[in-house]
Amino acid sequence: MQQITFILNGEKQVVSADPSSRLLDILRDTLGLTAVKEGCGEGECGACSVLKDGKLVNSCIVPMGSVDGAEITTLEGLRDTAEGENIISAYADSGAVQCGFCTPGMVMAAAALLRENPEPDEQEIREALSGNLCRCTGYNLLVKGVTLASERGKEKGIWQ
Amino acid sequence: MAVSYVPATFEEAVRIRRETGAVPVAGGTDLMVRYRSPAGTLPDFPWPVMFISGLKEMKGLFLEGAELVIKAGTELAVIEHSEIVHPVLREAVRQMAAPALRNLGTLSGNICNASPAGDAVCVLYALGAEVELTSSSRMRRMPIEHFITGPGRTVLKDDELMTAVRIPLHSDSASFYRKVGTRKANALSKLSCTGFITVTENRIVDMRLALGAVGPMVVRSAELESQCIGMDLNQFSNFKPDLRKQYAELVTPIDDQRSTAEYRKETTLNLIDEFFMLIEKELS
Ligand SMILES: Cc1cc2nc3c(=O)[nH]c(=O)nc-3n(C[C@H](O)[C@H](O)[C@H](O)COP(=O)(O)OP(=O)(O)OC[C@H]3O[C@@H](n4cnc5c(N)ncnc54)[C@H](O)[C@@H]3O)c2cc1C
Ligand code: FES
Ligand code: FES
Repeated sequence: MQQITFILNGEKQVVSADPSSRLLDILRDTLGLTAVKEGCGEGECGACSVLKDGKLVNSCIVPMGSVDGAEITTLEGLRDTAEGENIISAYADSGAVQCGFCTPGMVMAAAALLRENPEPDEQEIREALSGNLCRCTGYNLLVKGVTLASERGKEKGIWQ
Repeated sequence: MAVSYVPATFEEAVRIRRETGAVPVAGGTDLMVRYRSPAGTLPDFPWPVMFISGLKEMKGLFLEGAELVIKAGTELAVIEHSEIVHPVLREAVRQMAAPALRNLGTLSGNICNASPAGDAVCVLYALGAEVELTSSSRMRRMPIEHFITGPGRTVLKDDELMTAVRIPLHSDSASFYRKVGTRKANALSKLSCTGFITVTENRIVDMRLALGAVGPMVVRSAELESQCIGMDLNQFSNFKPDLRKQYAELVTPIDDQRSTAEYRKETTLNLIDEFFMLIEKELS
């Protein structure tokens, strides 16, 4: 066990954890943040997506030893912000949410994309979501959702 | 349960490596998956490990003399987006996995895996890259093809870390990169082909061809390449069938679940043909 210090959704966290333990398990089991989901557990589905230092990562393959000193953002830290609300409502309004299992990861992937590229084209959206699997919607509705988030976000001045 | 370390500095990392032989975990995209155990339990590492992804000294890339230096811990996404990196290496990295994976995975991880299907590795062979290995007492560098000695095998010593990849700046008349793989997000390539051709006054002055995932190791033949030097269009076109046959002999695919050996060989030869057509175009 080791003390691992990091910023979680804007607040300092100190957890006592084995550096080999997965960020996913610490978020869900130790810290009770259950928006992060475990799908495949091997980096292929994106259900566990979070932002680490602003970049999209799969928390199922991130060891806590890599988290010391980092800044982690989960859906819980995003959903009540203008940025998060904009993406979530755009997905909902586009019919891009069905069972919802993939949705937290899809929101994080969209947030990571739109921060770097607020007006992505379809190709760029598909690439940005390419590590996130959805069994329900078919990807067209998700692409529509991100496009809508981009348009509305521009009107609202979210990325200025 | 394996002991694990989180060094705060590079100096501490090489000391821990010397004293304990702890295996470095960089992005963890290979190791965390290979040794994963059920949810809520620790990965099943068979040796002590140390987590090096926080070491700033191991990240970054810059030009130095006639070389591009990519520090070993630089994430794939950084390489993909850097304008000082050869376009073919950027393209190969861009085609690896998905964005989140590329934010984690590192260049050293791709090399030290020593998988014949490592996508960056194939391009690094073609670019003539060298790797730099550092311990607490010495530093050495060697061509990547000397570093990797077999599938999953390298000459990395127990007290060493890979610290950088050095890539000679390369200007070519034309380049070629193809990866034939299954679904993009989750596959290592079934096979890949990297080619560079440089032509001056309608003659070949440099030709390079590296083939990934076609056998136990990446294939590059200095001998076959050198036979092409000096050839004009006519000479190359006459030599082509024989050259193709000689490359076919070097392609010895293993029959794994990703694709059958027969399919791999056939497809590789198609890619080689495509590259040869590019060479002829450059010569005419
Ligand atoms: C879903 C998924 C998709 C993938 N797709 C691809 C793909 O398309 N193409 C591809 O080539 N690969 C792919 N991979 C494999 C992997 O992501 C890459 O090989 C990546 O570059 C590994 O880097 P890493 O830093 O994560 O490696 P790690 O898992 O951290 O380490 C891998 C090996 O390298 C050693 N190592 C790392 N850094 C050093 C160092 N500085 N010194 C000495 N040893 C070191 C480690 O000890 C270990 O043996 C994929 C993996 C996953 C999970
Ligand atoms: S659970 Fe992490 S990528 Fe599937
Ligand atoms: S909505 Fe069910 S998996 Fe995406």
